[in-house]
Amino acid sequence: MHKDLLRLARSERAVRRHLALCLAAAVLAGLLVLVQAELLAGVLSGRFAVAALLPLALVVGARGVLGLVQGMAAGRTTTAVKSVLRHRLLSRLRDLGPARPTSHRSGELVTLTGRGLDALDPYLNGYLPSVAVAGVVPIAVLVRLLTADLASAVIVLVTLPLIPVFGALVGMHTKAVTERQWRALSRLGGHFLDVVRGLPTLRAFGRARYQADVIRRVADEHRAATMRTLRVAFLSSLVLELAASLSLALVAVPIGLRLLGGTLDLSTALLVLLLAPEAYLPLRNMGTRFHAAMEGVAAADQAFAVLDAEGEPAPRPAAHGNASSVSPDGPERRAPEIRLENVTVRYPGRREAALEDVSLVIAPGERVALVGESGAGKSTLLHLLLGFLTPEHGRVLVDGAHLAAGAWRPAFVPQRPHLFAVSVADNIRLGSPGATPEEVRAAARAAHADGFVAELPEGYDTVLGERGANLSAGQRQRVALARAFCLPGADALLLDEPTARLDGRSEAAIVAATRDLAEGRTAVIVAHRPAMIDLADRVIRIADGRIVSDRRIPRNPPDDRDLSTSGTSSGRDLPQAGAISGRPDSETSPDRRIAYTGTAPDRPTGGTPGAGRDMSDADAPDISDISPDGFDDSVSTAQGGESR
Amino acid sequence: MSRTGKRLALAMAAGAAAELAGLGLIGSAAWLITRAAEQPPLAALSVAIVGVRAFATTKGVFRYGERLAGHDVALRAQATTREELYRALVPAGPLNQRGADLLSRMVDDTDAVQDLLVRGLLPAVAALVTGLAAVTLGLFLLPAAALVLLAGLLVAGVALPSGVAAITRRRSARIAPARAELAARVADLLHGSADLAAYGATDRALAACEEADARLAVLERGQARVNAVAACLGVLAQGLTVVGVVLVAQTSGAGTVATAVLALTSLVSFEPVLPMAAAAERMTGVSAALRRLREVRATPPAVTEPERPERVPGGPLTVEVENLVVRHSPGRPPALNGVSLTLTPGRRVAIVGPSGAGKSTLLAALMRLVEPESGTIRLHPLASGSDSDGPPHRAKAREAGSDGTSHHADARGAGNREPGVDLREVSPDEARRVMTGLTQDPYVFQASFRDNLRLAGPEAGEEEMAEAVRRARLETWVERTGWDTPLGEDGRTVSGGQLQRLALARALLNDPPVLLLDEPAEALDEETADALMADLLDATRGRTTLLVTHRLRGLEEVDEIVVLENGVVVQRGTHDELVEVPGYYRDLWRSEALVSRR
Repeated sequence: MHKDLLRLARSERAVRRHLALCLAAAVLAGLLVLVQAELLAGVLSGRFAVAALLPLALVVGARGVLGLVQGMAAGRTTTAVKSVLRHRLLSRLRDLGPARPTSHRSGELVTLTGRGLDALDPYLNGYLPSVAVAGVVPIAVLVRLLTADLASAVIVLVTLPLIPVFGALVGMHTKAVTERQWRALSRLGGHFLDVVRGLPTLRAFGRARYQADVIRRVADEHRAATMRTLRVAFLSSLVLELAASLSLALVAVPIGLRLLGGTLDLSTALLVLLLAPEAYLPLRNMGTRFHAAMEGVAAADQAFAVLDAEGEPAPRPAAHGNASSVSPDGPERRAPEIRLENVTVRYPGRREAALEDVSLVIAPGERVALVGESGAGKSTLLHLLLGFLTPEHGRVLVDGAHLAAGAWRPAFVPQRPHLFAVSVADNIRLGSPGATPEEVRAAARAAHADGFVAELPEGYDTVLGERGANLSAGQRQRVALARAFCLPGADALLLDEPTARLDGRSEAAIVAATRDLAEGRTAVIVAHRPAMIDLADRVIRIADGRIVSDRRIPRNPPDDRDLSTSGTSSGRDLPQAGAISGRPDSETSPDRRIAYTGTAPDRPTGGTPGAGRDMSDADAPDISDISPDGFDDSVSTAQGGESR
Repeated sequence: MSRTGKRLALAMAAGAAAELAGLGLIGSAAWLITRAAEQPPLAALSVAIVGVRAFATTKGVFRYGERLAGHDVALRAQATTREELYRALVPAGPLNQRGADLLSRMVDDTDAVQDLLVRGLLPAVAALVTGLAAVTLGLFLLPAAALVLLAGLLVAGVALPSGVAAITRRRSARIAPARAELAARVADLLHGSADLAAYGATDRALAACEEADARLAVLERGQARVNAVAACLGVLAQGLTVVGVVLVAQTSGAGTVATAVLALTSLVSFEPVLPMAAAAERMTGVSAALRRLREVRATPPAVTEPERPERVPGGPLTVEVENLVVRHSPGRPPALNGVSLTLTPGRRVAIVGPSGAGKSTLLAALMRLVEPESGTIRLHPLASGSDSDGPPHRAKAREAGSDGTSHHADARGAGNREPGVDLREVSPDEARRVMTGLTQDPYVFQASFRDNLRLAGPEAGEEEMAEAVRRARLETWVERTGWDTPLGEDGRTVSGGQLQRLALARALLNDPPVLLLDEPAEALDEETADALMADLLDATRGRTTLLVTHRLRGLEEVDEIVVLENGVVVQRGTHDELVEVPGYYRDLWRSEALVSRR
């Protein structure tokens, strides 16, 4: 038995009990065949009266009941083993946390945890009982034969080991060839899948029809090769079959002759005839179940490989209290201060640090935009603040308390939010399951999501995902924002702006909603677009895991709606503020700057450009209203370095 | 009879013969022993002795033959099924593409035919033949006993399997959704782990997984119970039939020999019959798979093939799109809502707009992968109107490889006032011969780089392939990896940038009269995307090109830019014109410039 599965069966009481019952029933039913043979031989030879048919029927009945018990216990064993493995796999993945190593490919894991474990069924409910029976019944048959007729017992004793021996010999001879052939077979399946997946490409170049003949030809060639190997591989089953049937002939013919000579009684002869095949049968059964069982072993290996894999459990992110459904009107919160002290983060197996010696203080209520190229470390910083990652050096303090211990309740909007295959409402109340329908709707309204949700077939009760409605990228983003709004107790906002372009309506809505969401909270926003950067009162540029510039923009006048003009002026007047710790961005080419300033005067005086576009929020800042110098630190640092 | 049919008959015969030999072996052995007990002369036993030995030897040989022939048939049948499925998939289906997961399930479904034959049909035939033989033998020896046997065999071989099949069909209608539910919950837990952790909902999601698992386990235990009951009833049917046969034989005064032969052949005749109940359970899964395959084959193609397809004349083409409306499914808002566009030879037009604006749908309509609801796409052999002011046509003659078309063009080409060919009158294959290129989601086949490229130009020589590689700026990579290195899943991995360049090289090698490029810089990082776009704009200079993109860098070079939003053209003009006016294009242009480091 698979040693990890054995360990599992030992440690889980339910599994242990059901497996033991299943195996015991199988072995007992196997032994009852001996009793059945005894009675049948007695009746047929006339040694027992016809009345002996009653106990025979009872034995048959007992075998039937044992079969029932075995089958039901097997069902309980397989479901219990699968449940235990699933539980352990999923708990393991939870402990590894969202920042788990990417080597656990998600798709494979979903398959393994679901359908993959079903491969254990034939192993547990077919192969294991057959092994137990093969270990007991042939020996019992031999013992009975020895007491009945020594000569026949010797023939069986001599031929019985031939089955495993020949099986092993043929198996060894053909193993490599057979395995190669099965691999080739799965490759053939792979080839077909490959062609089907690439069909759009083939179609584009007019090669789709031609490929049908290739499929045929490859399959034919493959079949010819497979049949050549199978001719040898199937020899093992030929040997098994021949050993079993020839030994029956070897037993039957001498018995007949001895009966003729009068040295044997009919009852014994019939018993031998009935029992001899029962010595071989369990071994053959075991052989036929072997192949399917090996798939189960492979599945078990895969599952235990995930369970035993190296990987440090991530710190459990500070969970939100379920009671966070404070009314949206009066959330009691106080924006916290976030402090990073010499933080270095390194992903397992990577030489370079994702964040290197980063120190940063974010004041309560401050809105920080993180900018930089992809891979620079922006998302790592966000994940660090979420507690998904543990720093290698340094510490992260929220209001002076260590992150893990603090009552830190950030609202998080990831770059590509995952929407769950449940209703829209349940998606929105992810962080506060107790939220009322009114609170959910209020959150959706705040995130500019109520419009499209109302148009869904069942409104807020529409189930999302594969089998439900599909939302566009922009709509998904707004549902994620609603999630954040539905967490009124959250005292900070961590947001990763999507890099992909969204439709205009969504983009404007997201910027407007983010601005509202950041109100009264400490906000850290990974930003890609000027309108988003413009929400911040501090812009931090990250490159190669380090902060390369950190620039404060003075608070805008109280009314955010005048942001466009104030943004321009503040950018022009305060360029030096950017050079706090950053190096001048030397790559900034002068002609680029000219391009910006060249387009700036054409800026419309307000309103929404793009006549066809329907802005859901007329107040939404529009990027064309904003001079780039106002928020792009690299430009202003260059300006500071060159022109002043 | 086809070869497959012959092999199938052979496999069935061998399988039945193996079971009959087993029946003969036990029957002749029983006769030999009981007859010998009556102590007849040795000669009376000689036939039986020969019979025992012959049956014992041939059983194994027949079984071997059955397994070989059976696997041969199964492999043939699978190959045929796959070919048929593939041929059914060749015409483009509905545009909402089948996901990778669904595709692999479809490919798995083709194994069902193999199962149907090897695990369904062959054993069923062997069981039927064995049962009939045992009953026939019984009729000769003792008709009453034969009837008991027949009844027992019908219970085990017909009633039980059909009962199991009926119950399993009902149950699997509940098990399948429970499985899907579990898979969905697990997928949520894995893919949504960041969202769950951030909102403190991981434990709730884990609990949902376990609930789904528990529900599935209940159903699976139910199915195990059904199977266990079937196994129990099978054992009872076999044992009680033997008891019944012996009882009938004893009471009707049949001799010891006849009774023993009847009892033992009855016992053995159940051996191929008993597995039928389990086979019936498996066959419900098989029939579901076969039904899915039939559904795929029955799905009508998205585009109807014209009855008398027109050929597109050779030479440079003007593409004229007028008021095109495309709706992916009735009831949904149109993906394209009245788009018009003219692409004259040698000009390059770029389509930009947010995701979901209908850019790719436009290309799909041009490639005849979707049927427009209204509006026309016409192909004119030369620039409509006077041809003097048209941009320089590409020097390369299009006649190569299309002799028929050149003739066609000559016959009509004189007047130059052609109404052109309506794309609806053109077969989809022909449409893609003239308008194709770099499509969405280009695919790397598990084959050498050479074969991966050559599929776009099977007749291309080494020189032309090298040229395409050079123009796609792929030559350093190809030199390093080699032309014959296998690519794809098991082979060398291909990065996103290399994949797009391979797709570009394919498009350039194919060299269609109208080159379509769909998001060539999709999924690339900024630096790679910039380099690729620069090379691409360089390589397409002077070609009739339609470029779909979401990045604007380099579009100064194209002749016209069309901005699509919600299936409608909202802006059109050159780069210089569009950056002067407020709107989507200028917004995007500025934002792109600002975020970029350069």
